Amino acid sequence: MLVLSEARVGQSGVVERIDLAEEISNHLAHLGFLPGANIEVLRRAPAGDPTVYRIDGVEVGLRNETAKFIVIEESKR
Amino acid sequence: MSCHVPVPVLEPVVAGPPDGITAKGPIRTVVLVGPPNCGKSTLFNRLTGLRQKVANYPGVTVEHHSGRMKGIGRGDLTVIDLPGIYSLATYSEDARVAVDVLTGRMPGVPAPDVVLLVLDAVHMNRQLMLAQTVFSLGLPTMVLLNMSDLLEVRGGKIDPLALSHELGHPVALISSSKGTGMELISSYLNQFGSEATERPQPLRLPVLQSPAASRKWATQVTDRVNYHAPAAPVWTRRMDAVLLHRMWGPLIFLAVVVTVFQVVFSIGQPLSDGMGKVLIDLGARVAQVLPDNWIRALVRDGLWNGVQSVLVFLPQILLLFLFIGILEDSGYLARAALIADRAMSAIGLNGKAFIPLLSAYACAVPAIMATRTIENKRERLATILVAPFMTCSARLPVYTLIIAAFVPDRHMLGNLIGLRASVMLGLYLLGFLAALATARLLKSSVLKAKHSPFILELPQYRWPTVRSLALRLYDRGMLFLKKAGTIILSVTFLVWVFSVLPVHGGQFSVLTDSFIGRLGHWVEPVIRPLGFNWKIGIGLMSSIVAREVIVGTLGTLYGVDPATHSLGLQAALRHDMGLGGAIALVVFFAFAMQCTSTLAIVRRETNSWKLPAIQFLYMTGAAYIAALVTNQVITHLM
Repeated sequence: MLVLSEARVGQSGVVERIDLAEEISNHLAHLGFLPGANIEVLRRAPAGDPTVYRIDGVEVGLRNETAKFIVIEESKR
Repeated sequence: MSCHVPVPVLEPVVAGPPDGITAKGPIRTVVLVGPPNCGKSTLFNRLTGLRQKVANYPGVTVEHHSGRMKGIGRGDLTVIDLPGIYSLATYSEDARVAVDVLTGRMPGVPAPDVVLLVLDAVHMNRQLMLAQTVFSLGLPTMVLLNMSDLLEVRGGKIDPLALSHELGHPVALISSSKGTGMELISSYLNQFGSEATERPQPLRLPVLQSPAASRKWATQVTDRVNYHAPAAPVWTRRMDAVLLHRMWGPLIFLAVVVTVFQVVFSIGQPLSDGMGKVLIDLGARVAQVLPDNWIRALVRDGLWNGVQSVLVFLPQILLLFLFIGILEDSGYLARAALIADRAMSAIGLNGKAFIPLLSAYACAVPAIMATRTIENKRERLATILVAPFMTCSARLPVYTLIIAAFVPDRHMLGNLIGLRASVMLGLYLLGFLAALATARLLKSSVLKAKHSPFILELPQYRWPTVRSLALRLYDRGMLFLKKAGTIILSVTFLVWVFSVLPVHGGQFSVLTDSFIGRLGHWVEPVIRPLGFNWKIGIGLMSSIVAREVIVGTLGTLYGVDPATHSLGLQAALRHDMGLGGAIALVVFFAFAMQCTSTLAIVRRETNSWKLPAIQFLYMTGAAYIAALVTNQVITHLM
């Protein structure tokens, strides 16, 4: 178990749960952020934040302040 | 970018079974529904032959637009384009518009008879989540899988026939950017009659499903129909590795910005000067044919001098919009938002504010409308308030006129950037800083808001098509010419009339004794400390209508004045104004709110006169103080 904001670039895993207010988690859910989805940390923006994640074939940028409420199960390499 | 690979010819299919609606009653209104950035507006433009704005980022369309379906020979049908939605939940203003129109609750908009559900074929699992709720509205619905050309190119696969059986609605593969599959839409619509009928009552709102449930359903469907998601867009990743690189990313960002300004001057200025010569020559020829009395004076000194001094900026405006078009259509804009987000969050602005603010570089009016995508009310208000500080294209004529007249054409840093381009860059930066400072002020006081998260979808890179860029430039050019032929022409006409009246013993007044001369001298004490003379004062007053009007007004005033009559506008300004006043003038324009269209749109979007009034006073006050300081500093240093 790992908080998404702490995952390294290149690491991938499966979304475990999302601890955000309903309207935010609903918005994220429509972009593919749902328990069970595969997620990969693609790259960080030049300033180190936000980070680009690849989820479900789509690339989404999230600030760390949001990503720290998403818990993933890291996959073994 | 994946579009430059030759595209195989697609065999688009309309697949049965028909959508379960047995009675093919007559229809009048067709509505386009789909998630953001799936290509609804591009399809709308195909179907109608109209030109709604399209670009490669989510949230371009924030209003509903309707048009006749003339593009496919069904002028009897009205098609409505809607803002993109993920579900029927209405968390933001643009989503509310879409849902209201879709469910027939929008006043003044006919309830839809048929739904065209547009989905991006490349991301079916996600896009299908919307389908179930849309189907539950009970309207005849056709599913259009857009960007099917991209799907094929990248090795994805979908079986429209199987999908159609699974969904119980007809499915077609289309590409709205290439125009393939349009005949499938018309053959579907042709099944319905076309006479007007009575619509049933507004639709019941369907039960909102949890995203998890609709996601599960969507995945089951795509699994059963053997959908293969295409391979990851290799090109997009490779480009992002460079464009979002820790060091190269910001450098490229900076280089892009500098190039825009450099080109506006190094290519735009000669074009604009050449155009000026042609226009002046043209005016002189026309004037010769006219009788040598007040008519000639009106046409040449009044109207033509005013209008042509604005018209010459057409090449520069078009160059600017060419760049904006390339940035928007390629998908780079979203990356720029990512690069700049750190700065935005430091100020406390929502990341979503970035795209409206960027589009304010073209014009504040669509930018203020684009704030509809910001869910939080207070954040939205803050963004509306600061957007007019961003340097819109109407400031460009004023900036280039003053810079070309007062700033020498020198190179800096080797040949990297010209002095003129860097002064221009400085003015853009000034507006941006004013916006940031104001946002900071608002967020820490009256508009304190709960933090809302930054969630940005990065679209794939696409080649901007020549067609779409050419259409944008054409539309922009026409808009500019129309403004010159209406607003600017009428203001310069009025300025000329009042600059020769009253008539004394059959003679026109000299400029300083005319109505406008007297008005100008009356206001002069107020603006004298800024280094402005009375003609600039008249120009400033006329520019409350729209910023570039000042150029037309000055063209007319200096054309009427015998002392500067034979000089070009640049030379006339140099003759009449010091460097301090000139720089103070552009600084004034960087801050001031001189745009009736912006005030009107702020009133409309906030539903009160309070906000536009505050905005006007605040911006104009800031402009006065900044110009005062600029002039005093420069005149004391020089």
